[in-house]
Amino acid sequence: MKQTPRISFYEASARQRVAGLLDPGSFREILPPTEKRTSPHLGLFDAPVSFDDGVVIGEGTLEGKPVAIFAQEGKFRGGSLGEVHAAKITGLILRAAARKPQAVLGLLDSGGVRLEEANAGEIGSTEIMRAIFEARRVGVPVIGLLGGSCGCFGGASIIAGCCDALVASEEARLSVSGPEVIETVMGVEAFDSRDRALVWRTTGGKNRFLFGKVATLVDDHIPAFRTAASALVRPSTPLRLDSLRTERDALVRRIATFGTCTDAKQIWEKMGLPADRVSDMTAAELTAAKPA
Amino acid sequence: MEHLSFEFDGGVHAPKSGKAYAVAGVVASSNLEVLAQPQELGGRVRFEVDTTAAHFQDAWRAVITDFIERRQPRDVLFSINDFAAIPPVVSLRLDQAWEGLE
Repeated sequence: MKQTPRISFYEASARQRVAGLLDPGSFREILPPTEKRTSPHLGLFDAPVSFDDGVVIGEGTLEGKPVAIFAQEGKFRGGSLGEVHAAKITGLILRAAARKPQAVLGLLDSGGVRLEEANAGEIGSTEIMRAIFEARRVGVPVIGLLGGSCGCFGGASIIAGCCDALVASEEARLSVSGPEVIETVMGVEAFDSRDRALVWRTTGGKNRFLFGKVATLVDDHIPAFRTAASALVRPSTPLRLDSLRTERDALVRRIATFGTCTDAKQIWEKMGLPADRVSDMTAAELTAAKPA
Repeated sequence: MEHLSFEFDGGVHAPKSGKAYAVAGVVASSNLEVLAQPQELGGRVRFEVDTTAAHFQDAWRAVITDFIERRQPRDVLFSINDFAAIPPVVSLRLDQAWEGLE
């Protein structure tokens, strides 16, 4: 049987991901690297800059639908949210709120705020959150795509939490505090950051999908991300008091059901899943097995 | 950080893709980004390099000279942010950026 070659989202650069997701030739970059809007802070640390400050932004079409898109480059300073980096994302989302494409796609691949840029990066990441809520208020959905080598941690994870929906692969990791941060604060007995299986079954795409945080689980294949993102393009669900209350009630039920579990495997067992087989399942198999 | 500028006589090939720019590589440890832009330079090629590894001007000159001999580009500006890549990686990224414009 002839198999379609896997085009890994995990291994691709931000530019390769954008090129692979959008319709061929449709992408128009905003503030391209030729503009050389580099970080004004990194020079103070004698650190190298990047011509796009680690994020590609622009517009194009996704299966014919006009979209705005940003893609963080996880390999440049951990995809960190620097001042210019964050301002590019904020500007793109506010432009989308004004011009109303059918969606904003956010390819998050980031350890969070860029430490060298401290307050400017912190403020920048909160400006992105505010811009997302503005886009959602006017009906433009923001869809997060997770599956990069850096994961999605710190401020970037909160940005992911502000999105309408997330698409993720098993390789994705989503958590406010990164594994090494948890180990440093709570001790290695609480969380061993070098235990790869522990890190992935706790923060990985499969566990986030089973918990309902990720809407669509896909295999690590760029066309799979494209199909999943396209299927999620629909007018944004407004955030209102009643929807927040519904969300809070679901969280209360979750802690009541799973609050005593000390490992993701125990949670999967309680969900009625074959816990030892979850890590070997494909995205389609786990989607079929997931309890309603 | 060290800044290096080089300008050489170019070869026989002008960029013909019509693209305004091409980028290869990422500024990650042992890697670099090369931004290639067509520019009217009277047949010459220019290189503007920012590198974290100082005192390697001779190695840069050797890698760039080899690249020009192999690919024969002309009228292109190459802007480089280098994070201590080894010469074969620099060579590879120059090739990739040039192929993006060719």
